[in-house]
This record gives sequence, C-alpha cells and structure tokens, in this order.
Amino acid sequence: MIRVEGVSKTFAGGFQALKSVDLEIRRGEIFALLGPNGAGKTTLISVICGLVNASAGRVLVDGHDNVLDYRAARQMIGLVPQELTNEAFTTVWDTVSFSRGLFGKPKDPGHIEKVLRSLTLWEKRRNRQLELSGGMKRRVLIAKALAHEPQVLFLDEPTAGVDVELRREMWEVVRGLRDQGVTIILTTHYIEEAEEMADRIGVIRRGEIVLVEEKGALMRQLGSKELTLHLHEPLDAVPESLAGHALALVDDGHALVYSYDAASQEDGSTISGLLADLEAVGLRVKDLHTRQSSLEDIFVSLVRERA
Amino acid sequence: MNLQSVKTLYLAEMARSLRTMLQSIVSPVISTSLYFVVFGAAIGTRITEVDGVSYGAFIVPGLIMLMLLTQSVANASFGIFFPRFSGTIYEVLSAPMSYFEVVIGYVGAAATKSLILGAIVLVTARLFVPYSIDHPVTMLLFLVLTAVTFSLLGFIIGVWADGFEKLQLVPLLVITPLTFLGGTFYSIDMLPPFWQVVTLFNPVVYLISGFRWSFYGISDVSPVISLGMILLFLGVALAVVAWIFRSGYRLKP
Repeated sequence: MIRVEGVSKTFAGGFQALKSVDLEIRRGEIFALLGPNGAGKTTLISVICGLVNASAGRVLVDGHDNVLDYRAARQMIGLVPQELTNEAFTTVWDTVSFSRGLFGKPKDPGHIEKVLRSLTLWEKRRNRQLELSGGMKRRVLIAKALAHEPQVLFLDEPTAGVDVELRREMWEVVRGLRDQGVTIILTTHYIEEAEEMADRIGVIRRGEIVLVEEKGALMRQLGSKELTLHLHEPLDAVPESLAGHALALVDDGHALVYSYDAASQEDGSTISGLLADLEAVGLRVKDLHTRQSSLEDIFVSLVRERA
Repeated sequence: MNLQSVKTLYLAEMARSLRTMLQSIVSPVISTSLYFVVFGAAIGTRITEVDGVSYGAFIVPGLIMLMLLTQSVANASFGIFFPRFSGTIYEVLSAPMSYFEVVIGYVGAAATKSLILGAIVLVTARLFVPYSIDHPVTMLLFLVLTAVTFSLLGFIIGVWADGFEKLQLVPLLVITPLTFLGGTFYSIDMLPPFWQVVTLFNPVVYLISGFRWSFYGISDVSPVISLGMILLFLGVALAVVAWIFRSGYRLKP
C-alpha cells in the first residue's frame, strides 16, 4: 500500500532526521511505528503525507509517487496530527465538512454523519471546538482525517496525553476502522499500545528503521522466558550436578531462576530435564512461575543493543 | 484544477471574514468619515480645487486605495499566518491541492473582502461629496488588480512573519507611510521638484494616480504607466509566492 524507498531527510540546520529509510506498509494492516521521542516518527509521516520535503528517496502510495503524482497519492491519505490543532470557533460539523471539501470530495452529509456517529461526536456536531474536551478534540481530528474516505490513515501519537479509558476507546475506534478496510499506521512511544493494536511493528531509532516484524514473531523471536523456582530450603550455591542448566541463585538463595529461549523450548525437553535433575538432587520446590518478556523488554534491549 | 478544494478553502476563508464582518464594515466607514471630516473639511477649505476637481472629490480615489491596500495586506497576511500559528495549516498542505490552488483560495478570499470594503468606502464617500467615475471599467480593473496584488503581498508577509509583531511590522512601517506619501491627499505637482522625483520611487503613487484617472481623467503619471506598474508588482508578487512554494520556505521544511 505504501512503499518508502531510501528516504532521507536533513533539515536546514543540518540535523539528519531520517537516514535512508525503507519501509513497506501492507494493505489493511495496522502498522505501529515505535520509537523514543525524537527518533523520526513524525518526520517520516510528514514526508509521506507531503508536509516535509524528503532530501532523498521516494514514497509510493498505492503506486502513486507522492511528489510527481501528489494528487492521487494524497487523496488516499488521512492524517491525524500529534498536536491538537483545532479551529476554536468552527463547529464540529463545519470543520469536518471543510476537510472533505478540501480533499476535493463533493458534499456528502450522510458520510459526515456516519463518521461523527462512529466517533461518538454526533451529539457535539453543533458545538464550537473550543467547548470540547481534549479527547473530543482528538476525535474531531480523526473525523476530519476520515471525512474524505481515505484508504490509509496516519495516527501520529493518537493517545499521547489521553487517559486510560479514552485510550481503550480510541483503540476500539482504530480496530473498527481496520475492519472497514482502512490501512492504519500509528506512531507511538507507548509499547503497550503497539502490543495491543499492531499487526506489525517497526522500530525506529535515530532516523533509522532498526527492525520491522510481525508482532507475534517479534515476541516469539526475541522473547526470552524465565522460570523462577521458589525453594523450601535456601541454598548457598547452585548444586554442581545442576551446573549444566543456566541457573542463577537469587533472593538470598531462596529461589532459582532459569532463563531459556521460548523458541528453543518447543518440545519442552530442557524443562523436563531440569525438573528431573532437581528431583535427583532432592531439592524441594515450593512454587514456580514463568514470565515471558514483554514488547517493552524487547524494545529496551533492542535500543540498548544497537546504541 | 481541483475546483472543489479551491471553493472549499475560499468559502471557509470568506466565512471566517464574515464572522467579523460587522467590525470589518464599521471600521472603514468610521475611518473614511474621519478622513473626510479632517482632510475634506479642514484642508478642503484652503485647497478648494485640484486640477479642476473639488478637494473632497479629489481624495476619494486615494481613500479607497488606502483602504484597499491596508485591508488586502491585513486580511491575507492574517489568513495564512493564523493557520501556521495554530498548526491547522497541516491540513491544507496535505490536501491534494496545487500551490496555485492554495494561493487562489487564500488570496482570492482576502482580495474579495477588501474589494467589498473598497465598495463600502466608495458608498460612504458619496454621503460627503459628489463624484463621478469617467472610466468605470478601468476603475474596476485597477481595483481588482490592486486588491489581488496586495493580497499576494499580504500572503507573503503572513508566510514570512514568525510572530504577531512581524505581522504588524510591514503594514505599519512600509504600507501606511507609502500610502500617505503616495498622493492620497495631494497632487504630486504640489510638492517641491526634488520630492516630485523621489515620489516616483513610491509604487503607491502609480496605483493612486491611475485609479484617480479612472474617476476624473486627471493623473500625475500616465494611466498606461500606472497599469504597467501594477502589472509589474503583480508579476513580482507572483514570482515571490512561486518561490515560497517551490523552496518550501517557512511552510514546508
């Protein structure tokens, strides 16, 4: 759906925000662009949407070059910016209708109504935007972006500064849009959000895409697991006969932590082996639990690893 | 041409103006009346006629130009500055519109509003003095060209300004002095010879002179030169706007 080829951006001050970025977004997916503040997420979106001129490279939106054939390319895109930039004195209805017209579409009150209802803005349609809460303003921006029936929706930090309840609500909205066939690209620095929403995740760091992966595969590949065994009697050291297992003694000898790779554990042989060996040494286990690393752990280790 | 987009932008800009139309109408009516009272009544008693035209009637074209220039610059500069300031400009810049279409939307609305105000001044003036318009078509041509040219100038200022101070700076320091010194209230013949020459470097002189010619058939410089000059300004303004969009200056990093 969107193909970014070798896009670089160096700002007038000399700051290089993007370094030869290649990225492919598939039709109908939710793609999360994850990265710390200042990594280049917004710049990349701005280049695709035509708000920033790329220094090098090109962007194709459904095959249309976003510079040479900008009308066709932009027609397909809806953009929800990060900042709440609402025209204070314009009513919700007027501003959403304006957006539709601006993108060259003939008036269609039916569509505007549908969009407003789906975002629970219908009751507020006659309100001026300065009367709305922050969450409502955010939804107005989404409504504006959807007014011209785009096929791709960019959400730049859609839930930044939004409370938990509203964030869940926003996620529902986004999923609903995906179900209607809209391709969604969202940027976020909340890992929870990417984990919750995305089909695929791209990690951007200092202007470079360091990784693009299916969310599930990413979790599986990079997700190491930990098995913690709480012992009845504390140990001074890991018994020699258990040295073959990657064990660490923690909690003043009250617990053993076994780290293993989730992917290599398909047949469960290592864990069975470990348990059998524990039995043989006569260690009594009070309790045990396992923990799989979250996307956050993966992300932190990724960013640290390549720093 | 993406007519739907242009129309939408134009109408939205007009709607913004209409929200404040009452102020927009009241202020030119009051200021025009003041000029007539101060200049027409006070000075007009001493200068009864200029080139066979009564002083009150003589200043009418200049006053309209004064209004047209200041309002065009003010409307157009604010029209583009405000969305830049508030951030809503992203939508226009990401819309499937050519730069030319964006300019038509913003500048067209600004020029339309100042033309409406120009017409209001024309009507208001009628309450004070009788005047005639010898060449109505030429008058209209000057009116439209001036409104468009100075709205383009306003657009440029609105793109250039990075704060409200700068937005006020050019109108205050450049446009107003040039207009006052451009022969609104006097004929160039009344100046000492040296200043007559200096005045010819003031672009507003050509606008007012040509415009006045369309009323009374009298002018300081030939109306053909006036027309040529305004077309030249228009060309320069268009070139600068084209450069702004091509380079992305202050709009598109």
